[in-house]
Amino acid sequence: MSMQLEQSPTTGDEVITNYTINFGPQHPAAHGVLRMVMELDGEIIERIDPHVGLLHRGTEKLIENKTYLQALPYFDRLDYCSPLGMEYSYVLAIEKMLNVEVPLRAQYLRVLFAELTRISNHMMNIGSHIMDVGAMTPNLWLFEIREDCLNFFERASGARMHSAWFRPGGVHQDVPLKLLADIGEWLDTRLPELFEDAMSLVVDNRIFKQRNVDIAQVSREDALAWGFSGPMIRATGIPWDIRKSQPYDVYDRMEFDVPVATESDCYGRFMVRVEEVRQSAKIMKQCLAQMPEGPIMTTDRKVGPPKRGEMKSSMESLIHHFKLYTEGFHVPEGEVYVATESPKGEFGVYLVSDGSNKPYRCKIRPTAFSHLQAMDFMCKGHMLPDATAILGALDIVFGECDR
Amino acid sequence: MAILHSAPKFASNEGVIETLGTALGAMLVSAKEQHGEVVLTVARGEIENALRLLRDEHEYQQLMEMAGVDYPSRPERFEVVYMLLSVTKNHRLLVKCTAAEHTPVPTVTTLWHNAGWLEREVFDMYGVIFAGHKDLRRILTDYGFEGHPFRKDFPLTGYVELRYSQEDKRVVYEPVKLAQDFRTFDYMSPWEGSDYILPGDEKAEGDAK
Repeated sequence: MSMQLEQSPTTGDEVITNYTINFGPQHPAAHGVLRMVMELDGEIIERIDPHVGLLHRGTEKLIENKTYLQALPYFDRLDYCSPLGMEYSYVLAIEKMLNVEVPLRAQYLRVLFAELTRISNHMMNIGSHIMDVGAMTPNLWLFEIREDCLNFFERASGARMHSAWFRPGGVHQDVPLKLLADIGEWLDTRLPELFEDAMSLVVDNRIFKQRNVDIAQVSREDALAWGFSGPMIRATGIPWDIRKSQPYDVYDRMEFDVPVATESDCYGRFMVRVEEVRQSAKIMKQCLAQMPEGPIMTTDRKVGPPKRGEMKSSMESLIHHFKLYTEGFHVPEGEVYVATESPKGEFGVYLVSDGSNKPYRCKIRPTAFSHLQAMDFMCKGHMLPDATAILGALDIVFGECDR
Repeated sequence: MAILHSAPKFASNEGVIETLGTALGAMLVSAKEQHGEVVLTVARGEIENALRLLRDEHEYQQLMEMAGVDYPSRPERFEVVYMLLSVTKNHRLLVKCTAAEHTPVPTVTTLWHNAGWLEREVFDMYGVIFAGHKDLRRILTDYGFEGHPFRKDFPLTGYVELRYSQEDKRVVYEPVKLAQDFRTFDYMSPWEGSDYILPGDEKAEGDAK
């Protein structure tokens, strides 16, 4: 019996056709429930069709059936990585329609905790982005910081994540003095120490740079046409920050820089977030230094509830309290669109009121919607493993994207 | 009215309605300024041209958001609202047009890429059709979902619920069964605006309310 040469089945000029794979809905790098139908040519991405909506809970419809105050906690559950950033747009939208004045101390407290939220959100994003491209250690350190932030939220509002602490007209409760002192100390010692340590492992790391530099470059024109906002638009070099250009509460009294990147790639987006953490710490220090004493809720009793002590002695306060927590306040007819700089970008609330105690329509603008939509265009021509780096740099949370 | 609130302050609305009103000409149906927002209503057929004009000649570079709103009592029940942002003029603008179930709205995907998903969402939630949209699929609801859930006549509880069936080893859809009736309270004061019949109303002189 003679030896026979085996014929390889793939020799010759056969064309390998593109194939389609599912990325997610259960994938550790999908940051939640994202299903992406990817068309691949070998390992090169030809087309991506993201399927969102797996976490759709009909929040906007639920809000239409609640009073303005009852609808507030839904906002914590949108972007559960930065709950106070979500509440911010909603309370400002209501305040804009009511034209109600917020006491200065409440404005400072809101800015202070919005920036703390930004830090805790960026810890989550920076850490998971690093982990998506292969490094484990920095994430553990960054979660230390995030844990501290959650403890601060707990001490202010009683809840670690779903605070429901910003209210139309101010904030729900004043903070203990010791909390402010502790935040001040934490900003000076623990935050820079842990954060700079973790960053020293990453920012000049060769592997990290190889995975991120020049990945998914976006021009300024494209960023505008795709409706980018937040760190995504700043990474293209456009210094657009709503806190700076359309200041709300006491942001116009704060001194801070708006970081931009020169190369609009995943590395640039990452570095913008890293610098934003330092700027947030700077804003928080200014808040602590300038914060005056005073009331934390508007004294307009048709909007803000009276204090417990007042209720015990004043009949009128008791009625106000009862009316506010059953009927709620009425908002004058009209429509507003209010957008704030949430940690992930422009988070907007379009509120339509028909003059009753429930919103007629509350459209929420998620930051992730326009960013995720650009996945197809940003990934085209990149390798399959780059998709996780690009997704990590987008900073997407599905509670907010799917609503 | 003095501005007391501390919501985001963008550039002044002064003269915006006049300038844009002249520029849009016959395309503009009505314009108003309320709560510090400029709202322009544009004829449905001209919405793409109007937005192109605003983008190219008046520096409203970004389409940040699109919203559908349902007013069942109106002859054309839907409103489609476009939120525009000018990063150079630092100004925001609301532009809207009306639509009914069977009157298509011209797509603006030709102007902004991100309109693709935004229009899909309005279609999914309200059933507004966008003429010229290349890929008008549902986006947020389930695969194979029927109906448009954000319409005011769609019940909050929906029509079907799903669960994993141990017997069939798959997810099954069933009509919604509520353990107790769906309850809704309006809390409106009977002195102010309730239009339901209160006990005792029937004893009143003349016809009951």
